[in-house]
Amino acid sequence: MFEHHLNILIKSIFIENMALGFFLGMCTFLAVSKKVKTALGLGVAVIVVQVITVPANNLIYNYLLKDGALYWAGMPEVDLSFLGLISYIGVIAAMVQILEMILDKYFPALHSALGIFLPLITVNCAILGGSLFMVQRNYNFAESVTYGFGSGIGWALAIMALAGIREKLTYANPPDGLRGLGLTFITVGLMSIGFLAFSGIQL
Amino acid sequence: MSAKETLLSPLFKNNPIALQILGVCSALAVTTKLETSLVMAMAVTLVIMFSNFFVSLIRNFIPSSIRIIVQMTIIASLVILADQLLKAYMYDISKGLSVYVGLIITNCIVMGRAEGFAMKNGPIASLLDGIGNGFGYGIVLIFVGFFRELFGTGKLLGYTILNPINDGGWYVPNGLMVLAPSAFFLIGIFIWIIRTVDKSQVEEE
Repeated sequence: MFEHHLNILIKSIFIENMALGFFLGMCTFLAVSKKVKTALGLGVAVIVVQVITVPANNLIYNYLLKDGALYWAGMPEVDLSFLGLISYIGVIAAMVQILEMILDKYFPALHSALGIFLPLITVNCAILGGSLFMVQRNYNFAESVTYGFGSGIGWALAIMALAGIREKLTYANPPDGLRGLGLTFITVGLMSIGFLAFSGIQL
Repeated sequence: MSAKETLLSPLFKNNPIALQILGVCSALAVTTKLETSLVMAMAVTLVIMFSNFFVSLIRNFIPSSIRIIVQMTIIASLVILADQLLKAYMYDISKGLSVYVGLIITNCIVMGRAEGFAMKNGPIASLLDGIGNGFGYGIVLIFVGFFRELFGTGKLLGYTILNPINDGGWYVPNGLMVLAPSAFFLIGIFIWIIRTVDKSQVEEE
């Protein structure tokens, strides 16, 4: 049991890294990775939101949307799975909003540290992608908690590594057309090759 | 801005991927084949077009505090429509695109244009802006998809162009092109080309 969860965790952090393996959350990944400090803030925010929303969407999928999921309500023939996308994004938007209010009230220090990153997360595809992969792979509730945590960590790890490299790259002297975004793309490509080294691992 | 400018400037001058850093995720993941790139470009163009149009139609009635949710709802409904259509008529391609059709919802191009353009302009101008940005996105996708499929497998749209060595031909397929990282290099090169031609896009130090 424990071993199984450890496998999911390692798989979601390294082998199937959200950012470098599936290219999810790329827009924020590229735009907010100029400094390690801000990257850390965003990374933590993604982990927190991911841990909450993936299991929440898991419950919604299994007890409301799946084919035959409304059996407990006496409607076994109803299949609402086409409503998946709109419910997941609703849950994510609501969760981010609630989280922001809770943090504001009880943990003002953390709230000011995360600041503008919380609302940004609603449109971060890594979050919605996490929920969609969870559905596609039929994770149960416990597995979805592990998966949410692991995929969040993986994304945070990747953005911090990129921010570290970009801080050093400011001292480099690339051709004019490559400076900034172009160079960042190529850096991410090289990092992604690095992460490919994990792909042969069978757990 | 004239209608023509609204339609054409997102192609190269203000490309959503190369300059605005919007909608990168899906551009990278679906481009292993030219066919999936084309379908994805089409789906995104349709979604941006109509989301821009509808958001613009009701822009004067949306209270600004809940505008994100209203935009989200419009976009999500359109994406569900696109997803269901693909599943019904192009099932194999829809399988190949996996979760990335659903991820059009969080594709920042759609959100970004709804927020940045459609909230301030009339429905027809917004429709044109949607088409323009959809094509700007499509150009990058097709550029990347073309090179990845051609050099990765020697085929284009399933037809053999460069005869691969496994089938008795002469071309040794470049395995890197099929893998994820090549998309980054290709987009990096695309940006480099655009910025070499148009110097005004070069970033300051």
